[in-house]
Amino acid sequence: MRITTTVNGTEREVDDVWAGESLLYVLRERLGLPGAKNACEQGECGSCTVYLDGEPVCACLVAAGQANGRQVTTVEGLAEGERLHPVQEAFLETGAVQCGFCTPGLVVAAHDLLQRVSRPSDLEIREALAGNLCRCTGYEKILDAVRLAADRQAQG
Amino acid sequence: MSTDAGTRSTTTTPGRVGYGRVGDSARRPDGTLKVTGEFAYASDLWHDEMVWGVTLRSPHPHARIRRIDITEALTVPGVTAVLTADDVPGDNAFGLEHADQPVLASEFVRYEGEPVALVAADHPETARRAAKRVRVDYEVLPAVTDARRAMDPGAPAVHRPGNLVRHLRLRRGGEAPTAPVVVSLDFEVGMQDQAFLGPESGLAVPAEDGGIDLYVATQWLHVDQRQICLALGMPPEKVRLTLAGVGGAFGGREDLSVHVHACLLALRTGKPVKMSYGREESFFGHVHRHPATMTYEFGAQRDGSLLYAKARLLFDGGAYASSTAAVVGNGGTLGLGPYRIPSVAVDAYGVFTNNPPCGAMRGFGCVQAAFAHEALMDELADAVGVDRVAIRQLNGMREGDLNITGQVIDSAAPVGELLQIVSELPLPPERGAHPDLRSLPGAVNNTTHGEGVVRGIGYAVTYKNVGFSEGFDDYSTARVRLEMTGGEAVATVHTAGAEVGQGLITVEQQICRTELGVERVVVHPKDTTVGSAGSTSASRQTYVTGGAVKAACEAVRAAVLDRAAGVLRRSAAELRLDGEKIAGPSGELLAGLADVLGDDAVEETVEWRHRPTHAIDPETGQGEAHVQFAFSAHRAVVDVDVELGLVKVVALDTAQDVGTAINPDAVVGQIHGGSAQGMGLALMEEIIVTDGHVRNPSFTDYLIPTILDMPPMQVTVVEYADPHAPYGVRGVGEPPTISSGPAVAAAVRAAVGKPLRRVPIRPEHITGT
Ligand code: FES
Ligand code: FES
Repeated sequence: MRITTTVNGTEREVDDVWAGESLLYVLRERLGLPGAKNACEQGECGSCTVYLDGEPVCACLVAAGQANGRQVTTVEGLAEGERLHPVQEAFLETGAVQCGFCTPGLVVAAHDLLQRVSRPSDLEIREALAGNLCRCTGYEKILDAVRLAADRQAQG
Repeated sequence: MSTDAGTRSTTTTPGRVGYGRVGDSARRPDGTLKVTGEFAYASDLWHDEMVWGVTLRSPHPHARIRRIDITEALTVPGVTAVLTADDVPGDNAFGLEHADQPVLASEFVRYEGEPVALVAADHPETARRAAKRVRVDYEVLPAVTDARRAMDPGAPAVHRPGNLVRHLRLRRGGEAPTAPVVVSLDFEVGMQDQAFLGPESGLAVPAEDGGIDLYVATQWLHVDQRQICLALGMPPEKVRLTLAGVGGAFGGREDLSVHVHACLLALRTGKPVKMSYGREESFFGHVHRHPATMTYEFGAQRDGSLLYAKARLLFDGGAYASSTAAVVGNGGTLGLGPYRIPSVAVDAYGVFTNNPPCGAMRGFGCVQAAFAHEALMDELADAVGVDRVAIRQLNGMREGDLNITGQVIDSAAPVGELLQIVSELPLPPERGAHPDLRSLPGAVNNTTHGEGVVRGIGYAVTYKNVGFSEGFDDYSTARVRLEMTGGEAVATVHTAGAEVGQGLITVEQQICRTELGVERVVVHPKDTTVGSAGSTSASRQTYVTGGAVKAACEAVRAAVLDRAAGVLRRSAAELRLDGEKIAGPSGELLAGLADVLGDDAVEETVEWRHRPTHAIDPETGQGEAHVQFAFSAHRAVVDVDVELGLVKVVALDTAQDVGTAINPDAVVGQIHGGSAQGMGLALMEEIIVTDGHVRNPSFTDYLIPTILDMPPMQVTVVEYADPHAPYGVRGVGEPPTISSGPAVAAAVRAAVGKPLRRVPIRPEHITGT
C-alpha cells in the first residue's frame, strides 16, 4: 500500500508498505529516520515516542496505515537547524544521557509535558515519564533535565 | 512549583564542566547526536543492498535434533539463504572461557532459545515467516532444570563428563572455633536480566578480499573477533570489527549474539546482512545473571565480633559455560563481604543445567552473595543486640587487613566511614496525614490512603574486585597521535575500548587533554585495527584503558620533546610540552609545537597492564586474586503496604569510594543507574523459568524500575586515591548494584518483620499468602 504522511513538516510518500508494518518501521527503515528507537516494539518502553497530530504516541503501536494523511513529528524534528531545543540542551547539560537509547523517547515525552505544564512538580514529571524506560541513569538526571528545561522555559 | 516534599538528590562533588580535563565533568562527545536522534546505534545501521537475517531457535530445553528440512523455507519468495550447522565453515563452537556453545545446534539443543537455523530475506517479516517453515524434527530429552539436582548421580548430563563447571574451595584460619553466638540462613536469588534497551544488532558486510566487515554492538571487540575467526575459519585480518552504537550492556553483550550468524549469512548471500533482535528474542539471545541458592553461617563473640564464617553458594550456569567459572571465582573469593573474619570455609559451585545460559551481569557473582551476607549480618546484629550499622563497622575491613583469600587490602577500605556517611544523611520526611497517593505503595492504583503502610530502613555495605582476576592477562592498548591541523594542535585517541553508555570516550578525551595540554581531541572509531582494550566489564575501563591512554600520551609527549631537543639543541629533560608550546625549565617559551612537528604527526601505541593478579590455590582458595577492591554502602527507606504486599522505595542513599573521580557527573550517573538495577533485583526483576521454559520474555512481564518506582537518591562520592592506579582511580560501575539491593531487602524486612529469604521479594512473600 501507499502512504502519504507529513513528517517533520515535509510531505513524504511511501510505497509498498506491508499491512503489518508499524509507523516505527516506516520511519526507521523506509524514511531514513531512525531517531525513534525500537527497544521493545510492544508499547512498553516509550523509546519510540513521536507526535502524531500533536499527541505523543508509541510509534511501534501505530499501524503505518493509521499515519496516512496525518502529521508526524519525531525527535529529529525538534531542533531548529543547529540550535537544539531547550529540552535537548537540558538533557546534555545535566548528564541525563548515558547510552542514550531511551533519550529520543524521553526528549519527546518531556517536550510534550512542558508544553502542557510549565512548572511541573517532581511527581508530575514522574507520572508523565512513567511510560519511558531507562536502564542506565536511575532517572535522577532525567528529572534534573526536565526541571532545568522548565526553569529555562519559565524564564522565557 | 515543586510541591512534593521528598529529599532531592545531592552530590558532594561539584559538577563543573571546566576545561574538560581529568576531574572535570566534561560533556560526552556523542551527546548532541544522542539527543537529536542522529546517533547510529547498531539497530539503526542500513545499507542499500542489505537483506535481513533472522534466527530460528529451539522450543525445547533439551532435545536431540533428528533432522532439519529447509526446502520449504527456501521456496518462500524473497528468501536468499537458509543455513544450518552444516554451513558453519570453521569450528561450530564458541564461548568466552570454553568453546562449548554451537554456532548453530547440530546434534543437541540444550536450552530453550538455542539457535538452530538462520534465514536471510529482503524483508524481516519474510525472513521470520520463512524461518517458521524450517522443519526441525526433535526428540525431546529429559532436562535438568534444578541446579540443586544437577550434580546428583542420576541427573542427565548437559555436557560430558558432567554438570560441574567449577567448584571453588576456600579454607582459611583453621577449623571454625566454637562461638558463643551462631546465626545462619538460606537465601535464594532469582535470575535477573541486563535488560539493556538497545537490542542485539549488527550489520555484516562481505568484502572484496573475501573477508568480512562487521559493525556490531558489543563489550569487547577482540574477544568477539577471536571467536568469529574460529567459527568462520578465517584469519583475523579477514574479520574486521567496528563498534556500532551500543544501547547499554551491563554484561549482556560479553557473549556473542548476532555476530557469527550475520557473518555466515553475508558470506553466503554476498550481501550486507542486518540482524536485529526484538525484545522477546533478546531475552533468549543473551546470558543472564546466575540464579543462586546459598547457605551461610556466622559465629561471633557476644559483642558481635566475627569468629568464623561458613558459606555454600550454588550458581545455576544454564546450558553453556559462558563466564560461570569466573562468576564462581568472585562469589567464592568475595562472597563474605567486606569483613574481617578469622576462620573461613567457603564452597562455591557453578553447574550446568538446561536452563538459559547465565554469565556476566554488573556485579558478577558479588550481587547474589551480598544479599546473603548482609541479611545474615542483620541477624547477627539482632542476636547480640547491636545496632545494624555498628555491627558492620565493628567487623568492617580496614586498609592493611587481609581478606579471606589472604590478600592484603593495600589501599583505602573505608567500610566504617561509608556506613557512617549514609547513616547520617537526612532521612525523608515522615508521611503526613494526607499523603499524595502517587507517593504511596500502589501509587495511582489507589490501593491505600496510608492505612496499613509501614516504614522500614535497611543498610548494606559491600565490595567488588575491579578488573579481571586470578592471573588473567588483563591489558589494554591505546594509540595516540598528535599533529597540527589547520594551525591547531589536535590529538587523536584510538582504542578498542567499547563505549556502552558509561562514558569511556569522554574519559579518553579528558586524559589526552590533561596529558598533552591540547583542547581538541578526536576519538577514533572503536575497531580492531588497534590492539585489544579488554572488556568493558568488571568496572575496569577507566582504570585499564584509561591507564593505556595515559601511557600512550606520555610516550607521545616524550617523542615530541625528543624532537624538540634536536631542533633546539637542548636536553629533552629540561623541556615541557604544554598544548601548542614547548617551554623551558622556567616555563619560558622556546618553540611552538608547529615548529617542532611541521607537517609530521607523532604517534605512539602502548599496551598497558595493571599489577598482575595470581591464581588461587585449588585446595585453600588462598592467593592474590584481585588487583583492586571498590567499596560502597547504601541506606534504603521503604514504605510497605503490609496488607497487599506492595513496596514503595522512599529513599535510596549511598556513599562510595571512587578513588579519584575522573568525571564527577559521570561517576554519579553510574551510581544512580547501578543503584536502580540493584533495587530492581530486590523487588521486581526476575526471569521466571519453569521446566526450562522462560515464562516472561517481555517488558510487559519482566519489570524494570520506572521513574515512578525510583526514589530520590542522595549520593556521597568519597575520593581516596588508590596509589597503585592511574590518577588514583577506583572502578565505579558495579559497587552500587551490589549494595543497593540488599539495603532495599533489609528495609522491607525491617518494615514487615518477616525473614524474606528470597529476592525479588514478591507481594505474596510479604503477605504470606
Ligand atoms: S519500542 Fe515502542 S514502546 Fe517500546
Ligand atoms: S541512557 Fe541508556 S537507557 Fe537511558
